[in-house]
Amino acid sequence: MNRSKRRTGRRHPLATVALLALGLVFTGGAYAAVSSGTAAQAEADPTSQQTIEEGKKLFQANCATCHGLEAQGTEFGPSLIGVGAASVDFQVGTGRMPMQMQGPQAQEKPVQFTDEQVKQLAYYVASLGPGPDIPEDHLVDGGGDAANGAELFRINCAMCHNVAGAGGALTQGKYAPPLTDVSGVHIYEAMVTGPQNMPVFNDLNISPEDKRDIITYLKYVQDNRSPGGFELGALGPVAEGLFIWVFGLGVIVAITVWITAKSN
Amino acid sequence: MSTATSPNGTQQKPSFTTAASVYVNERTSVAGFVKELGRKAFPDHWSFLLGEVALFAFVVVLITGTFLTFFFQASMAEVHYDGSYVPLKGVEMSVAMASTLDISFDVRGGLFVRQMHHWAALLFIAGIGLHMLRVFFTGAFRKPRELNWVIGFVMFILAMGEGFTGYSLPDDLLSGNGLRIIDGMIKGMPLIGTWTSFLLFGGEFPGTAIVGRLYTLHILLLPALLVALVALHLVFVVVHKHTQYAAPGKTQLNAVGPPILPTYAAKAGGFFFIVFGVLALIASLFTVNPIWNYGPYDPSPVSAGTQPDWYIGFADGALRLIPPGWEFVWLDRTWSFNILVPLIALGGFIVAAMLYPFIEAWVTGDKREHHIADRPRNNPTRTAIGAAGVTFYAGLWAAASSDILATHFSLTMEGVIHALQATVVIGPFIAYFIAKRVCIALQKKDREIVLHGYESGRIVKLPGGEFIEVHQPLDEYDRWKLVSYESYQPLMLRPNARGKITVGQRVRAAVSRWFFEDRIAPVTKRELEAAHSSHHDAAELEAAPSSQH
Repeated sequence: MNRSKRRTGRRHPLATVALLALGLVFTGGAYAAVSSGTAAQAEADPTSQQTIEEGKKLFQANCATCHGLEAQGTEFGPSLIGVGAASVDFQVGTGRMPMQMQGPQAQEKPVQFTDEQVKQLAYYVASLGPGPDIPEDHLVDGGGDAANGAELFRINCAMCHNVAGAGGALTQGKYAPPLTDVSGVHIYEAMVTGPQNMPVFNDLNISPEDKRDIITYLKYVQDNRSPGGFELGALGPVAEGLFIWVFGLGVIVAITVWITAKSN
Repeated sequence: MSTATSPNGTQQKPSFTTAASVYVNERTSVAGFVKELGRKAFPDHWSFLLGEVALFAFVVVLITGTFLTFFFQASMAEVHYDGSYVPLKGVEMSVAMASTLDISFDVRGGLFVRQMHHWAALLFIAGIGLHMLRVFFTGAFRKPRELNWVIGFVMFILAMGEGFTGYSLPDDLLSGNGLRIIDGMIKGMPLIGTWTSFLLFGGEFPGTAIVGRLYTLHILLLPALLVALVALHLVFVVVHKHTQYAAPGKTQLNAVGPPILPTYAAKAGGFFFIVFGVLALIASLFTVNPIWNYGPYDPSPVSAGTQPDWYIGFADGALRLIPPGWEFVWLDRTWSFNILVPLIALGGFIVAAMLYPFIEAWVTGDKREHHIADRPRNNPTRTAIGAAGVTFYAGLWAAASSDILATHFSLTMEGVIHALQATVVIGPFIAYFIAKRVCIALQKKDREIVLHGYESGRIVKLPGGEFIEVHQPLDEYDRWKLVSYESYQPLMLRPNARGKITVGQRVRAAVSRWFFEDRIAPVTKRELEAAHSSHHDAAELEAAPSSQH
């Protein structure tokens, strides 16, 4: 009876879901295949004239409005001659440039260019004058001394970025962003170029090895979340106090209401 | 008490419980005490359990704290950390910090107990805070309970001291910054400041003595005082009886509720385990005070987002809200009014709150005992004063997180500070006004409901064509709650026996006028009868609507 009832030709209620899942897997897979294909081509040769030419075209189309056709700067944006490839790779590679609007500081947003285009822009600007270069891989791979990095971070960085890299407020609406998902390359570039309100930490201030240690520490914090459980944003006592008042005491008060509900 | 004799004359062996209780009673005479205490009635209302929340959290703090003392070493001797936490390996730190890290990473269950201790401490003081608000807004501090309010208030201050000394013990960067602020506040006091600071720290800040001293305060002196005061507080609760909310059968002379034994004791005992369980759950799921992030104390770094635990936040906020430039040199000394003003303002606030029961008693001149707790709306001025105090405190409290407010709501730090300065200075007046008006409006609504009943939503057309809404009369039990409260009249100035009006009397009359000028008197019996007789036609109409057609 049951069996014949089931074969009514109607689709199983989960059929739509299964179909959707299948479709998503295919689309996602295809997308991943295509995007890894493009990533393979993303290596731009820093020395080739073609890279620099491409970068110049991109620059003139996307950046020249504020920075000038020859990157000499205008009243809306500073000169980029001599800022180096590191600066461009950081600003464009984290989506801060091109800037969405004038404000206290450039905000992070989705990256507007492919990796290849970012590199082309970077090498074009680097070709205009000497400046800090994009760091080599061994400096940003997180293979240094985390303990030394942590100490340096507390002394040099924590006053703005917070000891756990949770970020912090500065004056007049400016802020030090959280470092919880910044890549090693971008951390290094930020230290050598001093973007937005950040000071420059040159190699005499903090040696490249020490920078590597700092990155190692930040990578450690990024990869090893708190041993104590959920971190509540790593914001310290404010988040903890808010939590105990809203959730801790909230739950307990709800229970007191429940305990005394019957007799009333 | 004696062994039972069965009908056929043979003696039955007494049960173990009987034998044991007889044994104990014959040696301690405890039966009378148990009988007396066990039959005490405890009125049942959720808000009466808030003090228990604090008490139970305190018990959890004591239990977990004892565990922590087995492993914590209160020494500021310097060592190189050699435990399991990689980003601190080899870093120089005090033994206190290293042993706290060992508790966190190398003692089995240590991190769980440490987190439970800290979370329980946060809940303990939050519980006290909410309990105090309940007592304040229901007027449960009135005679005979004024002294118990003061005892509770002293415990609140001691608990803050416990919290502060406790979170300063690990000697991590955050707590060191907190100690530095306290050191600065002490040094900001004229004449005695520097001496006091050197006395406390055993020399120049930070020295090598402070952790050991705080430890003695934290595990010996303050807990001993707290336990003694908790006991005294509870003795007073028994002596005074618990307050209760107005309801039929509840008077100033009785306390209506389940007896302590067995009902209430079982409930409270169960509730202890619930609080314990909630704290255990929180401690196992949520990080608190991750000192491994903060690193060892070093006077040079200060992290962004450095805040004290929530209960010290109002003091930190007060310091943050003082505008720049409030210090000057006079008589070859620096006068730090940026520190003195917050100290005086907060000290004044705390003393005023502690003495409030006496102030109100003086204003009302009421010498009677009060065992029926007020509904907050029925004493509009007190409730408004409370609302103003809460606003003042909350403004300071929020100021302690001004930087986090700025980053998380995309605001400027200066904007947040100015807004909070306004909140702290003007906010209390606005809150006072709004709270008072809301209370009076609610009283008017109550009065309306008592006199004319609930709006039933039923529209009836009268023969004349008029539409009226039928009001449902209130039943007696609900009415009781709405009419049984007291409304004081402003004090009338009268000459005393010597025919004089003293200045004190004038002040008292002025304050009394401010307190009780705007008031809604409870509905009297006569008013009620008058209202009911005038509603007769409506009631008749409802009773026999068909005859009207």
